[in-house]
Amino acid sequence: MRVALSVTCMNDALFPETGRNTAKLLRRLGVDVEFPAGQACCAQPMVNTGYLAEAVPVLRNFVRTFEEYDAVVTPSGSCAGSVRHQHAIVARRSGDAALAHRSAELAPRVYELSEFLVDVLGVTDVGATFPGTVTYHPTCHALRMLGTADRPVQLLREVRGLRLVELLEATECCGFGGTFAMKNAATSVAIGEDKVRNVLATGAQVLVAGDRSCLTHIGGLLSRARAGVRVMHLADVLARTEADLEAAS
Amino acid sequence: MTGTFLGMPPFPEAARRALEDGTLRANLDHATSTIRAKRDAVVAEVEDWEELRLAGAAIKDDVLLRLDEHLLTLETSLRAAGAVVHWARDADEACRVVAEVAKAHGAHEVVKVKSMATQEIGLNEALAAEGIDAWETDLAELIVQLGDDLPSHILVPAIHRNRSEVRDLFRSAMGESGVPAPDDLTDDPARLAEAARLHLREKFLRAKVAVSGANFAVADTGTLVVVESEGNGRMCLTLPEVLVSVVGVEKVVPSWQDLEVFFQLLPRSSTGERMNPYTSTWTGIHTGDGPQEVHVVLLDNGRTRALADEVGRQALRCIRCSACLNVCPVYERTGGHAYGSVYPGPIGAILNPLLVGPGADRQVDSLPYASTLCGACYEACPVRIDIPSVLVDLRAQVVDAHRGGLPGPEAVAMKAASRVLASGRLLALAERLTTPVLRIARYVGASAWTRGRELPAAPAETFRTWWRRKEGTS
Ligand code: SF4
Repeated sequence: MRVALSVTCMNDALFPETGRNTAKLLRRLGVDVEFPAGQACCAQPMVNTGYLAEAVPVLRNFVRTFEEYDAVVTPSGSCAGSVRHQHAIVARRSGDAALAHRSAELAPRVYELSEFLVDVLGVTDVGATFPGTVTYHPTCHALRMLGTADRPVQLLREVRGLRLVELLEATECCGFGGTFAMKNAATSVAIGEDKVRNVLATGAQVLVAGDRSCLTHIGGLLSRARAGVRVMHLADVLARTEADLEAAS
Repeated sequence: MTGTFLGMPPFPEAARRALEDGTLRANLDHATSTIRAKRDAVVAEVEDWEELRLAGAAIKDDVLLRLDEHLLTLETSLRAAGAVVHWARDADEACRVVAEVAKAHGAHEVVKVKSMATQEIGLNEALAAEGIDAWETDLAELIVQLGDDLPSHILVPAIHRNRSEVRDLFRSAMGESGVPAPDDLTDDPARLAEAARLHLREKFLRAKVAVSGANFAVADTGTLVVVESEGNGRMCLTLPEVLVSVVGVEKVVPSWQDLEVFFQLLPRSSTGERMNPYTSTWTGIHTGDGPQEVHVVLLDNGRTRALADEVGRQALRCIRCSACLNVCPVYERTGGHAYGSVYPGPIGAILNPLLVGPGADRQVDSLPYASTLCGACYEACPVRIDIPSVLVDLRAQVVDAHRGGLPGPEAVAMKAASRVLASGRLLALAERLTTPVLRIARYVGASAWTRGRELPAAPAETFRTWWRRKEGTS
């Protein structure tokens, strides 16, 4: 099985450790993951802002880059959601029937990380160690668009040393919403502040989620509040091993 | 009299103002979380909820697909039952019909059953212009009317008010338009309801003409249906001699059997009740019982425009339960006024643009963006309206409506991003600039982002640079 990593434009530019950890984790589980250099973006920022014409070349590049792989793994619920639910719309609007066909063939092979681990590899214990108290925020697109359900929680429960505490009103949106965070900044911040309050109430040291975009928003609010709670991507937690801990100490 | 939404600013601005009102936010937070919990509990009781949702959506889709046929059947049945049928293309036509009926009976006032359609067409204001007072009889609607306020929720228009605010309002305003509130009125809900009852009873007994909407209009029998909690609607539907019902054309259902599905979906989704306390049905005229003259105004007002929208037409399935409002993170913080229309929340964010069309109005164009696309509305909607997909489609329509002129900064940015993000090579080049860009953004500090949040620190190297260094492959 040839597996490609779709790292996402955001992780590539701002959170390379999440990309590195996804690759490290997959390799540890025996997946020889490749990184096709032609990749750029899934087109979600354009689609969600209403720029469908502008999304077409981005979609075309996505399809061209990944269609030769058996599976594509991405550490982002919203990017996987975009591929599965929005690419068809963009492709249809482009009027390019061949593109629509190719994109429809590819979409079901694109997996969010926790889906790939649990459904494709069939593992919940990925051999990770992470000492600390953690709470988990299920991001909206993973939860509702993809239906990842409790897969990330199943994975976290198997991590050695990790104490998982429940987040109140966990399924509520954090208020990020892509360009919503800028277009409706005041509302975005107001929603996020309630999420932050719930995070702080857990007493956890780390907030984990499967989407860097939401984490950037929540993390930005947490650090503005000098709350002392860190945000981490699911991949960053699952990649940690006993050996990493020893190396660090 | 109730104010109007005319001249409201675009959503982001209206929302910003609403967010500053601490009482409003506390009232909304309390009300929406209470009703959410109630709804979740009663929905969980129904084992075949998903099947019911699918059935509800299917019935409505069938209606929309053959709307013309169903409406003609409805018209025939209504006439056979003794009702007078009027067709109204827009708000003006509909308001004129109601005013003419009232005038024909020399009525200077009408009592009203809570109805979204009559609010949509601004009926109270139109009647006022003709010298006719329209009295709202739904308790929450009465609170809005007495306060010269605007509705903030589909089901609970006064959701933004708490009990002590209501008491103050009853004390100060009831006397001006009828029976005053007792001097010793407290904020005890039973006392407030009693004051409203006394105030309204006089109006019920006096009014010759009543105005209503309808939740459903059964085509094969010509029966109109109103569901409610308080029973005040039933008073309006039975006591006055003349009844005018303003009904959106999408309210038609083929048969009584279809009601079975909606009578399960609607109360559980809206008030979190297993069954609504009052269900009133009326079919034309019955000699010596109820109104002796019944008019039905079948209202378009943009509905055929929405029907023509391939993605958006599903919004016409809406049964106005307000479940989508109660689960919406945006609505919960801003309340309904920020949406600038009688339809607030997620459904308002799609319905208003669908009725009016994109590109005509800045305020309406801002509505499809008043959402984080979290999908909670879709999950809650009893007739499975995929609101997030409609929002995205409407955003595209708004963007397209503004193409051609001088492109704004956003359009320029998206065009540039589209080029860069369509090529790994160009993106790699652009990423070299990320660090300086982030650094500048931090120092300028003027971006909408940094008003409430920190920016992430820029990494030493991008993922693709690291991969190339480590793997040497790409
Ligand atoms: S869109 Fe759905 S959830 Fe919202 S009011 Fe209409 S029927 Fe209810």
